[in-house]
Amino acid sequence: MTTLVETESLSTPKRVPGEPGAWIFILGDMCVFAVFFSVYLVQRAHDPELFARSQEQLNRNLGALNTIFLLMSSLLVVLAVRAVRQDAHRHLAPYLFVGAIVCGVCFVVVKAFEYHEKIAAGITPETNSFFMYYFVLTGVHLFHLVFGMGVLSVLWRLAKHENPSGLHLAFIEGGACFWHMVDLLWIVLFPLLFLVR
Amino acid sequence: MSTLLRTPASVVWLVLVGATAVSWTLGTDNGLGPDTQRLAGIAILAIAFVKVRFIGLYFMELRDAPSVLRGFFELYCAAVGTLVLALFLFAH
Repeated sequence: MTTLVETESLSTPKRVPGEPGAWIFILGDMCVFAVFFSVYLVQRAHDPELFARSQEQLNRNLGALNTIFLLMSSLLVVLAVRAVRQDAHRHLAPYLFVGAIVCGVCFVVVKAFEYHEKIAAGITPETNSFFMYYFVLTGVHLFHLVFGMGVLSVLWRLAKHENPSGLHLAFIEGGACFWHMVDLLWIVLFPLLFLVR
Repeated sequence: MSTLLRTPASVVWLVLVGATAVSWTLGTDNGLGPDTQRLAGIAILAIAFVKVRFIGLYFMELRDAPSVLRGFFELYCAAVGTLVLALFLFAH
């Protein structure tokens, strides 16, 4: 893999994926989440027993399932962007974006089931500080995911163009990076909230 | 379709799924003692930030980005990863 990676890197000129402005937003958002991660861990340090006890009530399998949905969607977006760039495969791009949106819908359905399970058991953000952070952090992430699905819908429309302009390609790349950021944030949130004890 | 799949990102995707399975196994093992749980936590968080880096470099295509952008991302992974690990250990 290293050889393949190095060969591709050597042959590809350095370029910013998408519009440079999109990166200010993406990196800024990632920094905001870094603050969230830190605040959560500081609060956890105040009462590790309560956090450990509360965490046991989360469904780790559903969290893992959602991770797989997001990874699947990210792969489909990577393939869609590659398809848009290649004349021979451009016709596949809209289908690949639809596949990524379907994965996003699956994530929302699983998350809704998870919230319903908690609320039915009488667990709300007011139950204790762990669940306050659980609902707020996963809720903010869910908001990003739903917004990202809106972005993917726009990319789906753009990908239907037979000859996308440079601006279209930049928007598609930037939108794809936003979706990968949604995936990337969940990659940290999932272990932080569900797994580490 | 097979041409589209022939990219390092596909291999990275398999690695990411495998890493998720490892983290999930470590995080759901209820037979671990407190010290092993702590070590498992360190491993799970380290794996998470390696996964973040892979997503950035291969899915967001930052390995082909100008050094300033790639550098900022690498710095994020290193700094936030270290901070999260330090705060996790502080809680124990």
